[in-house]
Amino acid sequence: MLRLRVNGETYETLTESNETLLEILRERLGLTGTKHGCELGECGACTVLLDGTPVLACLVLPDQIDDAEVTTVEGLADGSVLHPLQEAFMALGASQCGYCTAGMLLSAKALLDEQPDPTREEIRAALAGNVCRCTGYASIVDAVALAAKAPKGAR
Amino acid sequence: MSTSREWVGRRLGTVPGGGEDGDGAFQVVGKAMPRVDAVSKVTGATVYADDLSFPGTLHCVLLRSPLPHARIRCIDVQEAAGLPDVVAVLTGAAMPTRFGVSPSSEEEQALAADKVRYVGEPVAAVAARDEATAREACKMIQVDYELLEPVTSIDQALEVPMDEPIHAASKDGNVHRLASLEFGDVDEGFAASDHVREDVFFYEGSNHLAMEEHSATAIFSDGQLTVWSSTQSPHSVHRALSSVLGLPMRRVRVVATPHGGGFGGKVDPCSHEIVVAKLAMITGRPVKCTLTREEVFYNHRGRHPVLMWVRTGVTQDGRIRAMHFRTALDGGAHASLGAATTYYTGALQPATYDLPAYRFEGCRVFTNKAPCGPKRGHGTPQPRFALELHLDKLAEDLGMDPVELRRRNYVRPNSRTVNGLRITSCAIEKVTDEVLAASGFSRRERRDGHGQGFAVSAYLCGAGTPMYLNRMPHSEVSLKVDRGGVTVFCGATDIGQGSDTVLATLVAEELGLERGDVRLVTGDTGLTPVDLGSYSSRVTFMAGNAAIEAARKMRATLVAAAAEHSGSRPAEMTVAGGKIGPLSFEQAVAAAEERYGTLGSVGSYAPPPSISASKYRGSAVGPSPAFSYSAAVVDLDADRVSGEVRVNKVWIAHDIGRALNPVLVRGQVEGGVYMGLGEALMEAQAYRNGLLHHPSVLEYKTPLSSDMPEIEQLLVEQPDPEGPYGAKEVGQGPLLPVVPAVVSAIHDALGVWVDEVPVTPEKILRALDAHAKGSDPRTGPRSFPEIPYPPCEKVALPDAASATL
Ligand code: FES
Ligand code: FES
Repeated sequence: MLRLRVNGETYETLTESNETLLEILRERLGLTGTKHGCELGECGACTVLLDGTPVLACLVLPDQIDDAEVTTVEGLADGSVLHPLQEAFMALGASQCGYCTAGMLLSAKALLDEQPDPTREEIRAALAGNVCRCTGYASIVDAVALAAKAPKGAR
Repeated sequence: MSTSREWVGRRLGTVPGGGEDGDGAFQVVGKAMPRVDAVSKVTGATVYADDLSFPGTLHCVLLRSPLPHARIRCIDVQEAAGLPDVVAVLTGAAMPTRFGVSPSSEEEQALAADKVRYVGEPVAAVAARDEATAREACKMIQVDYELLEPVTSIDQALEVPMDEPIHAASKDGNVHRLASLEFGDVDEGFAASDHVREDVFFYEGSNHLAMEEHSATAIFSDGQLTVWSSTQSPHSVHRALSSVLGLPMRRVRVVATPHGGGFGGKVDPCSHEIVVAKLAMITGRPVKCTLTREEVFYNHRGRHPVLMWVRTGVTQDGRIRAMHFRTALDGGAHASLGAATTYYTGALQPATYDLPAYRFEGCRVFTNKAPCGPKRGHGTPQPRFALELHLDKLAEDLGMDPVELRRRNYVRPNSRTVNGLRITSCAIEKVTDEVLAASGFSRRERRDGHGQGFAVSAYLCGAGTPMYLNRMPHSEVSLKVDRGGVTVFCGATDIGQGSDTVLATLVAEELGLERGDVRLVTGDTGLTPVDLGSYSSRVTFMAGNAAIEAARKMRATLVAAAAEHSGSRPAEMTVAGGKIGPLSFEQAVAAAEERYGTLGSVGSYAPPPSISASKYRGSAVGPSPAFSYSAAVVDLDADRVSGEVRVNKVWIAHDIGRALNPVLVRGQVEGGVYMGLGEALMEAQAYRNGLLHHPSVLEYKTPLSSDMPEIEQLLVEQPDPEGPYGAKEVGQGPLLPVVPAVVSAIHDALGVWVDEVPVTPEKILRALDAHAKGSDPRTGPRSFPEIPYPPCEKVALPDAASATL
């Protein structure tokens, strides 16, 4: 029995030892907001935060997450109030098909938590592990820069 | 959810053409606003195909061929079928009917039965309680193959096959399709030219790499089949399922799920969609199949590798007198849309430049590689690349400015091309002016290792002819309005480009509502009237016009009822801000329901016949209700020692007609530029002996956020007379000029030509090396193969009456 906290809620679930966090989230917990584009650690679509650090959920195994705090895209908004990153992604069209969005948002959140006022180069570098085929990254980088300007307390 | 905090709202003004108020003439059209499904997308609530689950679902895994070319002697599934928790095992024998994306391409089988033609071709399928078991069972299936010599190149495909042709029906080795067309007198044009030049180019194939891997789930119950799939064309899947499974179309429903990216890779009906349906019929349970990334590379349908030869005659003042263009496409193992792709490699040259005489010869061959098909720009990025560089070289020969040479040959608005295409709105001059002014191209800094390149292009706003030839509408919309609200039903499929947002915007504008007041049911063949699919940049133009027609009829009904109700004249009624004349929208609807009963309206769109003036083999490819024009300047640094290229900035001007929503338009332009840079500099679906080099995201190189230059975009808004509110396409056009502009800029920087994309440091160094040794300073193909093109069909020039529009 695996015990983990996801977005502030505690879950207990059966797992196989070779089951990935991605599979646990999507298939055991029904949290399908986290996506997959390769399941080999190559695309970034499955990025979630593990105790605040971005990880590729498709590479994380149960023994790494026992009692850990996982943040997924479903946990970004505060109730009905969206996170500034979500607001900025919407406003600037940084989510087109939306398939990379969950991973992008969490990589960006980890960056802003660490570095509240990043340069564009820092933003580009922080997102370099997340592949997006729709946007050309321009609106995504703009959105992260915009979210960084949100009044403190909004995130 | 709160959606528009002030600090965000203010920033919308930074979107080109945007600003909070947009164009004052309209209520929602032209305003920079988030897409209508934005909240679901940023909260993870959107349910994509693989996110769906139904109770009791079986998981399906396909067994794929490990060989590029082999006969199947027999398949033994006994052991696999006996594995606990395996519910069904399927082979091709159960589905002999051949299918394809268009009637001329119906040669694929959902599971190969007689032979395999590429590594990764599906040969059997297992449905089991879980995916791991299905995978395990697949390994137990014994396929007895008889090896055949694989055909892996265009040259080899043109030879007599060692063992047998890939498809028994192919003539001339493994030739799939030949095209030979002549418009005007080409020989005479060359004879009248002062200068004639020939060049050869190669454009490598590439994959779409949509982030979402294909996925489909099928349920068969009460004699009805329903398939949910991440498809770009539920209509095509509908047709294929009906024909292969022997079910009438009225018993099949295909639902296009919210889409994780297509770019053309999800236009063809796919094996797994048919297999899950068959398995659902056999087992009576829901069956799901999600491809792995590696399988997506095998399913492919990506950009065709194309070898091109072009010969152009010009007068001393730079006027083109004749052009002869030859293409050879490496189609991979199946037809897909390849016949159309072949014609597309020749169709749009005259839509950009006014060619008085034009000969096009195209050839597509089959090879034992994953099937190529449509990818963003469908068959036109390759000839665009060749044509633009060829014109640069011609300008150099003539000692003429390359932009000036192009300008002297630009097509004109409201004209007819030599191959019969109708050109209406055309901002080719304006996009050129804008991109030159913004980039300072003609005053660019000239120093070794730094360069700029310019190119221009044209693209369709929807294919003028449906894949299944008929005279029915290409897009249909029905609108339901009652006291419960407003619902738009349309087969259009939102693949991330924002077609749902476009539909909501247009209907809201017409009915005086906000976009959020409009409920959307789209991409569902069971519920929505037909739309042919999200390909050829057709949706805004076609579904948009259909939606406007339906909404205007509804508007007239509501206005009439409201006028009668309030005792005023319909002409006095304004429809805006949730009101119809003096009545609220709800009151007007109630009045109309009382007066007329159930309220419904329909609209449809088919392109006018005048878009094409000539009839010839292949004349279905090219005509479009409108063409968009794009121009790009690329600024880069190229290193003489390492061969590395660093793109600094891209300026892109696009002839959008009208930007219905600048946020969406911006996204399409930037996405197109990005994909163009990828194809210019790194993307390649490359093979060795029929084996794919790079079937993974890591190995298949694409530009990352850290590689992307600044993009400055300039939207040219000259409304098209037939577009919805004047809008034209944006999904594909902006990719096109980027690729040649990159290569032209490399030449500007280093003085060498790389006539082959992707441009790698190694290719640059080889060209520099050749330059240093005093030989031809270029890398690229040296020759074009001998191809058994048939004699050209001589097509009469469009008559004078239709030539003046
Ligand atoms: S799915 Fe985890 S990195 Fe691609
Ligand atoms: S928005 Fe489609 S992959 Fe990023």
